[in-house]
Amino acid sequence: MFDKGKIITGIVIFFIILFIPLWYNAVTGKAGYVPELKTGTDEKECVEKTPYMREKHTELLTRWKEAVVRDGERTYRASNGKTYAMSLTKTCMGCHANKEQFCDRCHNYTSVKPYCWDCHNVPKVARK
Amino acid sequence: MYLSYSIILILIIIGFSYVAAGLLGCRVLLGIIVPYAAGTIFVVGFVYRVILWARSPVPFHIPAVCGQQISLPWIKSDKIESPHTSWGVVSRMVLEVLLFRSLFRNDRVDINKPERLIYGGNRWLWLGAMIFHWSLLVILLRHLRFFIEPAPGCIEVLQSIDGFFQWPLPALYVTNIFIFLALLYLFGRRLFNPQVRHLSLLSDYFALLLIGSIASTGILMRHFYKVDLMQIKRFSLGILSFDPVTPEGIGTIFYVHLFLVSVLFAYFPFSKLMHMGGVLLSPTRNLMNNSRMKRHINPWDYPVKVHTYEEYEDEFRAAMKEVGLPIEKE
Repeated sequence: MFDKGKIITGIVIFFIILFIPLWYNAVTGKAGYVPELKTGTDEKECVEKTPYMREKHTELLTRWKEAVVRDGERTYRASNGKTYAMSLTKTCMGCHANKEQFCDRCHNYTSVKPYCWDCHNVPKVARK
Repeated sequence: MYLSYSIILILIIIGFSYVAAGLLGCRVLLGIIVPYAAGTIFVVGFVYRVILWARSPVPFHIPAVCGQQISLPWIKSDKIESPHTSWGVVSRMVLEVLLFRSLFRNDRVDINKPERLIYGGNRWLWLGAMIFHWSLLVILLRHLRFFIEPAPGCIEVLQSIDGFFQWPLPALYVTNIFIFLALLYLFGRRLFNPQVRHLSLLSDYFALLLIGSIASTGILMRHFYKVDLMQIKRFSLGILSFDPVTPEGIGTIFYVHLFLVSVLFAYFPFSKLMHMGGVLLSPTRNLMNNSRMKRHINPWDYPVKVHTYEEYEDEFRAAMKEVGLPIEKE
């Protein structure tokens, strides 16, 4: 092999960079970290079913926002027939009052920075 | 022909992962076994290819330069385009890798109406390649948020710049649009430019289609078929810490995306995508243009057995004298 030193250094540097995800988590020690959610309520059911809420709460909230702001529509009829007031602060955060233990845990975990609270109030419980 | 083959191949790959993950539920196979196998093939194959290249001798000094070579002190030399120092080579290589300097020189030859040959720059390929590669880099860096915990601030900054439209929700990434348009251009070039189409092989179409399908499934997953990111991050951290958990409750689209990425990784060492490592090993780019300062000798030169004129004359002096040929030594 020609230029052995350079080639081996190159390969090593390449794999150190490529394997950042492999060693970074070992260094921070958070490889098995899974955020623990505190729903903050004893209710068994959210506005919609849990898998739906997990995947699509963003869509739901966007629809709520558009319905309230653009059409003045303030009640949401869920797929199970119940009706809810379309309000982030009152309905959502009425149960999930603690933003830090509920919203933020997942959002921080997946580096999502929603701008809901740029405008919306965070209920007082969360501010303690 | 090659085009239809490559489309069929991509459809088979997507169809396989869709059926296996969605209908048959082979989550361990697609989620754990295939990614590990693909990663192993990538690492071993990459090292093998690089070592294979490093073992090939470069007997001739062949830098392809386009600048004045260093010679007399009063002739201005081009230190980067015709480097004679290691730093010159490094800066030339950096320009090549980061800005595709040699592609920027891509020329187009046309015959103008009154039978005149016209040379002109053709920078579209360069622009398409730049947009594609830089978008790909930003997209890869953005993906780190699913692979490392906690994600460092710089990744979040990158993400917020990339998603500066803040519309819709989740925000549309500029690089997603860029990579899609660049891929469309690069693919369209192969389809509609007759010369390039003539040169295109299965591997050319396949690589573009493969990366295009990865980008498309990613965009679909972000904006249309939502998946549970919590589960995905947990799953990818498990894979990366060699403690895999069977992912649960993640949509089929994620498996299709993952399988396409696995295919890309496994295919990488065998394909033209190896230009990632190969660009650094191109003798026309990584050699110094110092052939007037330093003598380069072919490493496998052996002492050639020669028969000099003096020896020839010694051998045939008598005969040469006899026929009256001039001789140097009496």
